[in-house]
Amino acid sequence: MFDFEPGEEERLLRESAQRFIERDYGFAARRLAVASEQGWSRDIWRRFAELGWLGIGLPEELGGFGGARETAVLMESFGRGLVVEPWLASVAMASQALALAGNAAQKEALLPAAMRGELLLALAYAEPTSRYDPAHVATRARRLAGGGWRLRGRKGLVLNGAAADRLVVTARTAGGVAEKEGIALFVVDPAAEGVAVQGYATNDGGRAAEVVLDGVTLDAGAMLGEADGFATVEEAVDRAAAAVAAESLGLMATLNEMTFDYARTREQFGQPIAGFQALQHRMVDMFVALEESRSLVTVASGDIDSPDGDERRLAASAMKAQCDKAGRKVGQEAIQLHGGIAMTDDYAASHYFKRLSVIARQFGDLDWHLERYAALAL
Amino acid sequence: MQIALASEDEGFRAELAAYIEAECDATARERVRRGLPLEKADYVDWHRKLARKGWSCPHWPVAVGGCDWTPVRHWIFETECGQACCPPPIPFGPEMVAPVLWTFGSEAQKARHLPGILAGDIWWAQGYSEPNAGSDLASLATRGQRKGDRYIVNGTKTWTTMAHWADWIFVLVRTSSAGRKQQGITFLLVDLKTPGISLTPIVTMEGGHEVNQVVFDDVAVPVANRIGEENQGWTVAKFLLGYERFNMAGIPEAQRQLQRLKAIADDQGLMDDMRFRARLADAAIQVQTLEATMLRLLSKAAAGADPGDEASYIKIRGTEIDQLLTELAVEAVGPYVLPFVPQAGEAGRNEPAPGPDYAAPVAPTYFNTRKVTIYGGSNEIQRNIVAKHVLGLTGGRARV
Repeated sequence: MFDFEPGEEERLLRESAQRFIERDYGFAARRLAVASEQGWSRDIWRRFAELGWLGIGLPEELGGFGGARETAVLMESFGRGLVVEPWLASVAMASQALALAGNAAQKEALLPAAMRGELLLALAYAEPTSRYDPAHVATRARRLAGGGWRLRGRKGLVLNGAAADRLVVTARTAGGVAEKEGIALFVVDPAAEGVAVQGYATNDGGRAAEVVLDGVTLDAGAMLGEADGFATVEEAVDRAAAAVAAESLGLMATLNEMTFDYARTREQFGQPIAGFQALQHRMVDMFVALEESRSLVTVASGDIDSPDGDERRLAASAMKAQCDKAGRKVGQEAIQLHGGIAMTDDYAASHYFKRLSVIARQFGDLDWHLERYAALAL
Repeated sequence: MQIALASEDEGFRAELAAYIEAECDATARERVRRGLPLEKADYVDWHRKLARKGWSCPHWPVAVGGCDWTPVRHWIFETECGQACCPPPIPFGPEMVAPVLWTFGSEAQKARHLPGILAGDIWWAQGYSEPNAGSDLASLATRGQRKGDRYIVNGTKTWTTMAHWADWIFVLVRTSSAGRKQQGITFLLVDLKTPGISLTPIVTMEGGHEVNQVVFDDVAVPVANRIGEENQGWTVAKFLLGYERFNMAGIPEAQRQLQRLKAIADDQGLMDDMRFRARLADAAIQVQTLEATMLRLLSKAAAGADPGDEASYIKIRGTEIDQLLTELAVEAVGPYVLPFVPQAGEAGRNEPAPGPDYAAPVAPTYFNTRKVTIYGGSNEIQRNIVAKHVLGLTGGRARV
């Protein structure tokens, strides 16, 4: 039978993550950080580095530890705290892509500094018209005489794009748009000539950027050539999908607690609204949606680390589909059952709802994952 | 989900698989695979063959005939039997009254009844619902009047599943009308051969006979057949319902249903239909999620925690998924669900059914499966239980 008991390392991580969110990541401080120019807190990022969290899911020989289960544990706590620091973008996606496709020198040059919290990364894989298909890459990389590269194209919705010290960019060296072959990854300094980064806030309090690459010249060593570009990005995006599925557990758990507590104390018609059966049954369905999601994430997270790509794809799609459905239900019901108070910007529930709504449009939506699951499993 | 087995567990799996292949009746397995109803003999035959290996009631305590298995072994056993389409466990004896017996029964009662269940010699039925006591089970009116060392039972039980196959029945009777209605209920074991008991079949909408009305007319039941104390039957009844809920997830059947559904969809060319594919994938993920949840609750139970009221949501989701799958099958078959084929697929029927051979049982199964969200405590009752006992949602003034 599946082992639901966490290992020692996982247990300690869960405890420290929960403690951190409860003690050091208050909603008021988060709001201040979100409202700041950068949109998140460098102090908090340094704490992540001290706690070792910037190496989770990365190879041990580079100083990392753990895999998808540890990522899920951390992300669940991040969901509870509505964490806005760019852990997902910088660690789970960009560092992961570097670890998968970089050569020893490239990894050595970037990952230790990233794990110390001194270097921020972003994975620029999506484009304005790519929707959820990571193979849809119109950005071109042309080889220069002498071995360098010139990149031309647009990247969209680059999470942490404005704060990143280095961008990991997909560009096409061959093939037509949407072909899986011919995609390569390049490390780009956003300060380089020809790079224009337009940062903006997202609806969940996060930050992203549109990136224009207008004839950016790179030297030959900028290409990550140790693994296929598409395979690398696909795995990084699957890991992100699994990570936000786990994050949604923390978001849903918080919304459920808020909603049930509210229903137990809010009185209308002379009694707590928790006594009304029409509401009770809806709250039961919120509870069941969370419990089921938690079961699946716990069981399927291990498959994200599988060397078998299809096993990973199936697990990621099942988790993302389940958690998107559950998150939509829990989020919408939490607002409805609270009533007017949850419509307000001051009340935390609305922020949890918005994060769930954004997750549903990241890394493949419900339809996209159902289709991929059908193609692989049916 | 890939679950690596230790070599001794792998050995057990291989032994079980070989035993199934050698001993489990091929016709019965084929009927299970196709989703057709079984005869009593199909259940009993496989139960007895398992009993020869000591495996007929593996989840029982070892002292009364269960197996000293790890949770992994139990999981292997259930998965292997499920995938091989063995007849499912007999519900009412091994899964319902037996836990009541070993939890609340006297030594004499255990010795009297458990061996017959273990061996597959005695079939049990459940006498809970009444014409005017459905979801409000505690309002039951069947009376048990104490006369010396007997209770004289009068009243009507209904929806009594497989009572026409049964040797004994466990019934809830009212022995007192004082106090709250839950307080006057007593749990009795009744030999169905006792004079005064009559059975009337109830034919359900798909045309099958599973349930019955059972009338008790001055039926004399020895006081020695009472489980627990007089008027304490509600505690026993609720305990049993917890077991019933937990066993209703029906994961192996859901997985078989998915397989059948895929085969039908393939044959009907629906696998190229994006809309149908998406719904099928959604259903498959729901089954996978339910299995993960079941594993999680079993693992909690193995660690000593009582799944108790949490089992209610397993019942809710298991039955909802069951209905979803049977409805998708109707949709996949399409217009050839129309022909009504009497006793669809039953042994001895020679005439070929109109339409594809998989079509005939699909509509009856869909019709029959409407029951699952009603029985065993309707899903609305299960939601009441979770709301009250798991989430602490109650009316009246707010309690701290």
